[in-house]
Amino acid sequence: MTLLELDRVAAHYGPVQALRDVSLTVREGEVVAVLGANGAGKTTTLRAISGTVSRSGVIELAGKPLTGGPEGAARAGIAHVPEGRGTFVDLTVTENLRLGAYVRRDRKVAADIRRISKYFPWMLERGGQRAATLSGGEQQMLALGRALMSRPRLLLLDEPSLGLAPLVVREFFRIVRELNEHEGLTVLVVEQDARMALAASHRAYVLEVGRVALTGTSAELRNDESIRRSYLGY
Amino acid sequence: MPLAAFSDFMQQVVSGLASGGIYALLALALVIIHRSTGVINFAQGEMATLSAYICWTLIANHGWWYWPAFVTTLVVSFLGGVVIHRIVIRPVERGSVLRIVIVTIGLLVAINGFVVWKWGGEPQQLRSPFGVRTFDVGGVVVAAHDLGAIAVALGMVFLLWLLFQFTKVGLALRAVAVNPEEARLVGVRVSWMLALGWGLAATLGAVAGMLTAPTVGLDPQMMQAVLIYAFAAAVLGGIDSPIGAVVGGLSLGVLLNLLSYLSQYGAFDWFTEELRLPMALLIILVVLLVRPQGIFGKPEVKRV
Repeated sequence: MTLLELDRVAAHYGPVQALRDVSLTVREGEVVAVLGANGAGKTTTLRAISGTVSRSGVIELAGKPLTGGPEGAARAGIAHVPEGRGTFVDLTVTENLRLGAYVRRDRKVAADIRRISKYFPWMLERGGQRAATLSGGEQQMLALGRALMSRPRLLLLDEPSLGLAPLVVREFFRIVRELNEHEGLTVLVVEQDARMALAASHRAYVLEVGRVALTGTSAELRNDESIRRSYLGY
Repeated sequence: MPLAAFSDFMQQVVSGLASGGIYALLALALVIIHRSTGVINFAQGEMATLSAYICWTLIANHGWWYWPAFVTTLVVSFLGGVVIHRIVIRPVERGSVLRIVIVTIGLLVAINGFVVWKWGGEPQQLRSPFGVRTFDVGGVVVAAHDLGAIAVALGMVFLLWLLFQFTKVGLALRAVAVNPEEARLVGVRVSWMLALGWGLAATLGAVAGMLTAPTVGLDPQMMQAVLIYAFAAAVLGGIDSPIGAVVGGLSLGVLLNLLSYLSQYGAFDWFTEELRLPMALLIILVVLLVRPQGIFGKPEVKRV
């Protein structure tokens, strides 16, 4: 079933057009990667979905148009981990996780913190530590943990590999895959590191100057040398 | 130290803590708004004056008992703060800081004008809920109002701490202060949180106003000096630090009283009551020059 649908979406920052014509779909239970060079519109695609940039075109989650800006998107079940560690640095690890559950009305938040700490055992022991004192990799994990706390229908990840050591990046994507396989988490991930993203996803889109240049299964893109050379640079 | 001098000293400390508690409340109001909106609310003092007048008119003109009038004033002030944010501040919030500052100065003038227009300029008497009694504790004479003011101020600080530290709304308020963009992404309605901050600030100011009126007399100008002390307290403690505002307020109150005390005993004999306000301004200046982030603040890191 189609969870997310973008149809001819355009977006701009003031006079600068960042997205021209992007159509893509994400089905429930999929991990979909968005690839492309710097300035191709990858981050803007995610920002258009979560409503942090003014956009036009159709954006629907499970058949319903997404409205009401980022607050509305969060309430509709979208968790957006922005570029550069989306954590509240002055707050503690536990407070960050509790904020992730902000839109939830149930009382199972504490139980959920224990549940997700299965993936990040250190978060329980270091719950009182300020996020600012964590390493870059830990902050990225905390941002992911915080996003999971909202029990999202769709997780948006923006350049999770940025500034992290390769080993940490691999660990991060391993956890994302595990979440996808064990909990059916649907993910739309934007990545500069095409090799890593293609290894972790089912399908991928390649953007070029604000348009979808090509799309296919991750395996197809990975195995086509000419595509790899001309679009993905490896 | 002779006994008389000691009890005099303690008396000055207690009354310093009482006025310091009031500075602390108003400083806390300034800090709450500065943390979320990034501006100094110059109308904070006048908002407090208006609140004190509301309490007074409920008692003097409508025959209410003190405490119901006190609580009603808090509620009205809270709602007033929210409304001011929604109607006056929100439209200019996205502009430059200067625009909001000018709007708060306009608000100062407007509220002051309203108070004079509605209740006249002559001073009124708002009585203290703690009476005019004094206690003699081992030779130290303390006013019931001072003790009550200290208790109410600390009580307010404690309630606020509970709110910020242990409730979901408090967590959201802190998240907005740390990173509003991020707060939006987790679903916090940032604009309402800012309004809530204005409501809380107005409530703190109301308490400060109602505690100030009994000692200095209720008049339209009564909070103007207190606002300067609150500025000094907030700058001293760190303009983004709630704990700093409280510590800054209490220390400023005690410090100014001790200067008066010492001047009676020969040291700093140049210090007279008229120098209290300039002294507060001097503290603002020195702190801004020597340690701009204040005692409890973190140095501001600007990314280029």
